[in-house]
Amino acid sequence: MTLLSIRDLSVCIGRLRPLDGISFNLDKGEILGVVGESGSGKSLTATSIMGLLPLIGGKVLKGSMYFDGIDLTTLDEASYRRLRGRRIALISQNPMTSLDPIVRIGAQIDQMASLHLGLSPQKARARSIELMEQMRIPQAATVYGQYPHQLSGGMKQRIVVAMALAADPDLIIADEPTTALDVTIQAQIVQILIDLVRERGLALMLITHDMGVVAQACDRVVVLYAGRVAESNSVEGIFAEPRHPYTRALIRCIPRGGQARGSLVGIPGVVPRVLDYPRGCRFNPRCDLAQPICYTETPPVHADGSAAVACHFSEVRAHV
Amino acid sequence: MSDAASNCLLSMRGLTREFRIGGGLFSPAKVLRAVSDVWLDVPRGRVTGIVGESGCGKSTLARLALRLLDATAGSVIFDDVELGGLKSGELRELRRRMQMVFQDPYSSVDPRYTIREALVEPFRVQRIRLTAAEAKSRVEEMLTMVGLSPHLASSYPHQLSGGQKQRVGIARALAHKPSFLVLDEPTASLDVSIQAQIVALLEYLQRDLGLTYLFISHDLGLVRYFCDTIVVMYLGRIVEILPNAVAKPRHPYTKTLLDSTFEPDPSKRRHISRLSGEIPSAFDLPKGCAFAARCSHAADRCRQERPEMSDAPGHRVACHYPLN
Repeated sequence: MTLLSIRDLSVCIGRLRPLDGISFNLDKGEILGVVGESGSGKSLTATSIMGLLPLIGGKVLKGSMYFDGIDLTTLDEASYRRLRGRRIALISQNPMTSLDPIVRIGAQIDQMASLHLGLSPQKARARSIELMEQMRIPQAATVYGQYPHQLSGGMKQRIVVAMALAADPDLIIADEPTTALDVTIQAQIVQILIDLVRERGLALMLITHDMGVVAQACDRVVVLYAGRVAESNSVEGIFAEPRHPYTRALIRCIPRGGQARGSLVGIPGVVPRVLDYPRGCRFNPRCDLAQPICYTETPPVHADGSAAVACHFSEVRAHV
Repeated sequence: MSDAASNCLLSMRGLTREFRIGGGLFSPAKVLRAVSDVWLDVPRGRVTGIVGESGCGKSTLARLALRLLDATAGSVIFDDVELGGLKSGELRELRRRMQMVFQDPYSSVDPRYTIREALVEPFRVQRIRLTAAEAKSRVEEMLTMVGLSPHLASSYPHQLSGGQKQRVGIARALAHKPSFLVLDEPTASLDVSIQAQIVALLEYLQRDLGLTYLFISHDLGLVRYFCDTIVVMYLGRIVEILPNAVAKPRHPYTKTLLDSTFEPDPSKRRHISRLSGEIPSAFDLPKGCAFAARCSHAADRCRQERPEMSDAPGHRVACHYPLN
């Protein structure tokens, strides 16, 4: 069942249009990966869904965002406040943007439950400790009384996940939740997130630049490039049969052990800045398949069930 | 000189580095041992990778290798010369042959310098006078070598992308045609498409110039792609040396690291076990094997007695009960 539906969303900041016609769906019980390089619009998509565009001087230019039947684009701030943190939770890359350094861990998790669910202090405390245990935090009752600086980065991120869960949300948006962590810790947090979605049936939008994390965790994937959707598909489709040249190039950039030396190529050039978006397909300066039409016409979106690709030559097979 | 010695460009012998942290009027200083008793030969013309998580000592080891830091104990021998015994002038002379590329291309280039000035600086440091014509041709040559247009010479760093800045960092390191480069996470702050470009450039330069690399990274996937031998560090010590990228790990820590590195292939998903606590504090290392607290194979002996590195050539491992 579709929980979040984004249709043709465009966002402007001043005269710039950093998001330009984004569409995707997210179902209950599903993990959707939103991938792309820096400057592709991943985090801005999260900011738009959270209703935080005014904070950065942006606004929705056109398109719609439906969350559980509610049109987010027309929602007033008071109603948004009842959604944010309660039904839609955000986990950011740096846990210290979510944690108050001078408040004990327990009080911060309690606050979420008492604010959003109206629990009594005793009930909130019991619930917080239970959540911390679910996050596999050892000696949860002790950690409950500690301050953030007493914890490692991985532990802090687990606390942030526990806080996100405290109000029993339907949707979690995780923006690069493991990027700042060591690989062994990253693997554990990713596993915790997967288990949460499977056990509680909530929906997770996982924003990441790490294609390994995407392959491990996601059910479906949206590939963003320069503010547009390049391709969306099931995770198997994205990796086994990428249809957009950008998706193919992105996958080829990932080094693997045992791969022949000299076979890593990279993508020439860089992601264009929002001021310098080229005409036509925005990937055209970096694309090895570009034809004259790619420099003049914006590629139409070829949709096919839950898969979509925006390329003039999406039927052209990759050079192998 | 034996064959082994002549094939080895740089050799670390019992290298140890301690840092004294804190310590005031009423509190004693704590000693942090960032690198402990590291013995490592870096073969000539090869890529040696050092991999580990934060706090494992890999960046300290990189700095010790070039004597950017002095060792507390042990020695570094570069092409038969012991670095510890050199005077500053001699060391500066030798640095023409050994250079470093840093992680952050933004901090390795002075924001007030043009790219031309940044590329001429290594010659000034080495007290080599260049005429204007020489400087111009050297700068053009260096930019071309790293795949940048000579037109960029008059740009400032803020006008360059992250990948371009890292290319400038590499060009600077190559100014004196060194034989040895230490690369400390040179792609960690770059997007994957740019990382792949930089790695391809480093591969090309290594082949073309016959360079020897010591490549530091936290990314086991990248190290397994790029490196001939892989040195795994945990809390200041080498725990395993894999002779090649496809060798099966024998140390449980290396296996954990490998299992935590997700492959970009949904058909190779794995379940991450619920185990494993935190990396212990480097101030308060356990008596036995530093990994014992997180190791599912640990026995009493592991908590009592620190495992020594095996002597066998090729695949070396420091574990009482190595995996098969």
